[in-house]
Amino acid sequence: MTELYIEGDPIRDEKAPEGPIQERWDKRRFSAKLVNPANRRKLSVIIVGTGLAGASAAATLGEAGYQVTSFCYQDSPRRAHSIAAQGGINAAKNYRNDGDSIYRLFYDTVKGGDFRSRESNVHRLAQVSVEIIDQCVAQGVPFAREYGGLLDNRSFGGVQVSRTFYARGQTGQQLLIGAYQALERQVAAGTVEMNTRHEMLEVIVAGGRARGIIARDMVTGEIETHFADAVVLATGGYGNVFYLSTNAMGCNVTAAWRAHRKGALFANPCYTQIHPTCIPVSGEYQSKLTLMSESLRNDGRIWVPKKGGDPRDPRDIPEEERDYYLERRYPAFGNLVPRDIASRAAKNVCDEGRGVGPGGLGVYLDFADAIKRMGRPAVEARYGNLFDMYQRITGENPYEVPMRIYPAVHYTMGGLWVDYDLQSTLPGLFVTGEANFSDHGANRLGASALMQGLADGYFVLPNTVNDYLADGPFEKLDENTPEAREASETVRARIDRLLSINGTRTVDSFHKELGQIMWDYCGMERTEEGLRKAIDRIRELRGEFWQNVRVLGSNDELNQALEKAGRVADFFELAELMCIDALHRRESCGGHFRAESQTEDGEALRDDDEFAYVAAWEFAGTGEQPVLRKEDLEYEYVEMKQRSYK
Amino acid sequence: MNITLRVWRQKSRDVEGRMVTYEIEDVSPDMSFLEMLDVLNEKLTLQGEEPVAFDHDCREGICGACGVVIDGVAHGPETTTTCQLHMRSFSDGDVITVEPWRATAFPVVKDLVVDRGAFDRIIQAGGYISAPTGTAPDAHAMPVPKSDADRAFDAATCIGCGACVAACPNASGMLFTAAKVTHLGMLPQGQPEREARVVKMVNQHDEEEFGGCTNIGECAAVCPKGIPLDTISQLNRDLLGSLTSASSE
Repeated sequence: MTELYIEGDPIRDEKAPEGPIQERWDKRRFSAKLVNPANRRKLSVIIVGTGLAGASAAATLGEAGYQVTSFCYQDSPRRAHSIAAQGGINAAKNYRNDGDSIYRLFYDTVKGGDFRSRESNVHRLAQVSVEIIDQCVAQGVPFAREYGGLLDNRSFGGVQVSRTFYARGQTGQQLLIGAYQALERQVAAGTVEMNTRHEMLEVIVAGGRARGIIARDMVTGEIETHFADAVVLATGGYGNVFYLSTNAMGCNVTAAWRAHRKGALFANPCYTQIHPTCIPVSGEYQSKLTLMSESLRNDGRIWVPKKGGDPRDPRDIPEEERDYYLERRYPAFGNLVPRDIASRAAKNVCDEGRGVGPGGLGVYLDFADAIKRMGRPAVEARYGNLFDMYQRITGENPYEVPMRIYPAVHYTMGGLWVDYDLQSTLPGLFVTGEANFSDHGANRLGASALMQGLADGYFVLPNTVNDYLADGPFEKLDENTPEAREASETVRARIDRLLSINGTRTVDSFHKELGQIMWDYCGMERTEEGLRKAIDRIRELRGEFWQNVRVLGSNDELNQALEKAGRVADFFELAELMCIDALHRRESCGGHFRAESQTEDGEALRDDDEFAYVAAWEFAGTGEQPVLRKEDLEYEYVEMKQRSYK
Repeated sequence: MNITLRVWRQKSRDVEGRMVTYEIEDVSPDMSFLEMLDVLNEKLTLQGEEPVAFDHDCREGICGACGVVIDGVAHGPETTTTCQLHMRSFSDGDVITVEPWRATAFPVVKDLVVDRGAFDRIIQAGGYISAPTGTAPDAHAMPVPKSDADRAFDAATCIGCGACVAACPNASGMLFTAAKVTHLGMLPQGQPEREARVVKMVNQHDEEEFGGCTNIGECAAVCPKGIPLDTISQLNRDLLGSLTSASSE
């Protein structure tokens, strides 16, 4: 295996203070250098991406008085994919008086992450969670309320307290609109300059610092150079490497990957989350998978027929011939086991030939009992919009027939390596939200992505970036600075090359094939043999892509095929690293299940002696062996235990 | 099934556009409308013809990026976003006409893609509550009656797609503006800026060259999120209240 990578020096986070975990964030905020308000307007920050992490950071830093330049590839910052999150946002408010606390949210998140995240970061996340809800309510986010006028909560995905705040099934939308409005307020105030339909294609590194980006104006094709004293990437996850995922069509790894190529380490790329409750694939033409909130698992029961290939209408299958496999295997948590466990269990029953629907790739999620127990109006009030969505997509009525669900790629826990300040290994390059690797370890709990995005953008970054900016403003650069010119030329050359190949295959055909390789060999279950095969096939396909892709049109116009081609080219390189990472981690943890590492009854088996570390990868050149830099993980507060949801 | 598409092709903002006819075979009823356009684009690319540009992103009906006029109706025959429209709503042999949103305030960028930046500028004018990060009181400090919270939520579900503008004979953006005015105006946190907000947003709306609202109601009829027409009554009430209280000062 060592032929695939080289092991380099270990790495560690130097920024998290020592001492009692409850005091570390206060200590860091106190030790961080501050920037006097009068000096802030002389300092500039570029923020790429306008999802929860990016929009909240832009609004907050703009309000604080920095000169912010913000970028998004969509036609409006309001469309970033955070908008699609349905279920909710966690916060340790303990409004239910059910034993919740900051410490319990911290504990649940470390345990849920399967002991592959940093204690300091996770504790800070839990601390800050409380302020997020206050902030959002003040902005006018219309969370669900009870008749007394107070906020409602629900229990969500793998925890036993009710700490999830929600806005029907549209929590992400409401939180994002809140952050978007705060951002637009700063645009009006002149503190944030917004660039829509702009895609970041390169980072400018000069004097050892990230000093700007090269962005393409997606309408005119102009290659623009933007400078700043610090650059923040809030560019989301890379789930679209699988082609089919619950991500938006435009989600991509390009910004993060370009930074990786310029020296930022990429951590734990193999940790991907497969969400258990998605609508199954219906045909070849499928372009994306739609998730339905896992809150459905609170009342729906998951089952498959006991015998494979049962042709009967599910309603005609008697109770004793159904296998409620989650309730059977995990009596304590039942249908509410964490996402990774629920997904793999679904895959297992389908592999046994007991799956339902087209291709046998589906399991039932049945609300018949819930309707009997609560009545249809109560089910409708709780899940109405999800049922409507299901019916619109499948043409089936879930009040009458059980839903069919299947797991789909949903979230990527891996991302650019950052320290406690959210700064990458490239000085001046900060990474927030899903784009970084920091808080979820090997598995993310439900309702924690929104929490992390807003924690990073509203509260963490605005209290750490100052420590870096206090040394600025840095030397003034212009387009003739060699590093800027070189970055811009690289971008142009790549675009020219993509446009000049004029081969015989479309970008999507390559992307689909790459996605299938990743799903088959680097999906819910991974083996050494499969991963090796995947690496060979990815390399081969990447070679063909650069010889045979067809991108029509020119650069100086809106050219969606060109945009896609650039993204897919980067996905190829990422895919290879994901497989190498998955191959080197010969243990099962969280979203990463290695078939070679399981207990006798088929549960994931972690190997804490060998693998209790973050795998941070250094880029060494396309097709060259990446360098593995390990960050050891220590658990002072939460005892490392094998997860058990039995 | 086999479908004939008549699609608006326009190279760029300042170039004249035209309808072009394409045939597509083997369309599955389970395909979404956009997946059908994907199939068309794959075919065009292999034939050496530039694919049709259209906006889309989440493909689950929430980001508001997609939106085309299908046979004269914004988002087509079902009351949903274009991405959530499926081909089972059409029949074999149908001729389907596909055009971009048409409004002075939404200039065409290319083919079916338009520039909806005007909506962002309406929000900039006042579609927010000024609550700088870190200044918020505890979330339970101010209870909100459930009926108010629900009404605010119903208005807040607007996805900013622009179908209301495309459907309106006046190309008015009043439903979009009213949804935001209602969302924020229903909440106690939105009260301090309520009067100024509505005036500034309506002024910006007019400056962007959206047409005036004459209560036709086409907007609410096509709105994929079911934003109710009475939000416009709410806006008018707020506007009148605001203008009279301002003049009495």
